[in-house]
Amino acid sequence: MDLDLSAPHSMGTTIIGVTYNGGVVLGADSRTSTGVYVANRASDKITQLTDNVYVCRSGSAADSQIVSDYVRYFLHQHTIQLGQPATVKVSANLVRLLSYSNKNMLQTGLIVGGWDKYEGGKIYGIPLGGTIIEQPFAIGGSGSSYLYGFFDQAWKEGMTKDEAEQLVVKAVSLAIARDGASGGVVRTVIINSEGVTRNFYPGDKLPLWHEELEPQNSLLDILNASSPEPMNI
Amino acid sequence: MSSIGTGYDLSVTTFSPDGRVFQIEYAAKAVDNSGTVIGIKCKDGIVMGVEKLIASKMMLPGSNRRIHSVHRHSGMAVAGLAADGRQIVARAKSEATNYESVYGEPIPVKELADRVASYVHLCTLYWWLRPFGCGVILGGYDRDGPQLYMVEPSGVSYRYFGAAIGKGRQAAKTIYGVHDEAKDKDFELEMSWVCDESNRQHQKVPDELLQEAKAAAKAALEEMDAD
Repeated sequence: MDLDLSAPHSMGTTIIGVTYNGGVVLGADSRTSTGVYVANRASDKITQLTDNVYVCRSGSAADSQIVSDYVRYFLHQHTIQLGQPATVKVSANLVRLLSYSNKNMLQTGLIVGGWDKYEGGKIYGIPLGGTIIEQPFAIGGSGSSYLYGFFDQAWKEGMTKDEAEQLVVKAVSLAIARDGASGGVVRTVIINSEGVTRNFYPGDKLPLWHEELEPQNSLLDILNASSPEPMNI
Repeated sequence: MSSIGTGYDLSVTTFSPDGRVFQIEYAAKAVDNSGTVIGIKCKDGIVMGVEKLIASKMMLPGSNRRIHSVHRHSGMAVAGLAADGRQIVARAKSEATNYESVYGEPIPVKELADRVASYVHLCTLYWWLRPFGCGVILGGYDRDGPQLYMVEPSGVSYRYFGAAIGKGRQAAKTIYGVHDEAKDKDFELEMSWVCDESNRQHQKVPDELLQEAKAAAKAALEEMDAD
């Protein structure tokens, strides 16, 4: 297969947003691909919109970045005018207005999640086309196809923060195992009344699933060897 | 209190030597000479009332509305030039629906008051516009609770526990009878509220409650007169 390195960067992706008792947990993989080439194996797909609202990006990397940038700009002005932090609902609405109005040109699925003092933790899914739907949890990206059944079984209302984060990490790693367009590390962002916490789970910290191979600290081994040799099979 | 601004009062873009804009002060006089408008913020809502002086016995009761709903959750009572007031109400309605279509939530009352005040102020900045000859009392109930704002013709807007504009405003502030039987003709009372009981919607005070309030007020007045 020929590598087309000038193809648009797409984030075949797995993104997840989950509410728990007191806030939300957002999670994502870190693979940005250009065709079959992995352009960035450690990308950060969870982007800040305000102090208390973040968005998970999937689909076209450029499209999702530009939408996030516009919404961050509008929300910044809105916060100044309002005199207090913007709500998750307002943030999500601004995102979907852009997605809907430019639906012919954009290809990006987004999950907006955050915490505000009026509604607490909220997740809004904004798939291709620009619908907006408030959900207790949302999944998106190419890897999410493999997670519908998993969530139907594993999701429950009123989880604790740790339960929710473990669920998210497990789900993303399951999707990474099955989806070629998802991979790399798992990043999570937890948002609640106390603030925002970012976590990072490198490949060797993730559980292995059926027939997966052990991860190898491959590059480091080769570079540190006295005479670099091609990898052994 | 008032002084003649000879020469400096012809345009709203002219300051007087002592730093006053007379046109704006004259606009405020238009408000002062109109029927009284009162707004009160309570624990669980807002009440607004207007003393509608009846200009002619031929007018249908209930016509000439002075209180308007601006959005589901807020309303405005206007004093001063009625036509100017309609313009402000139309603008407020438009700001409210525009905010909701962009931000996806009902406009916070503070934001609405800011926008109305900006609009009123705008008309004091250009020589080819005249200031609005009306004062507005804006009451609304949003997620931060009930709030009451007043906007003056200068474009200034403050938040109040209780506010009154028009002829009887001094009397209203000292909680005596506002309507002067001797000087003014008959009047019609228009009242609205937005509170928990009205499900946080701005609406006319229900008729039986209105009649009850009127009766209680008349009784209190008679008691006062009897002293």
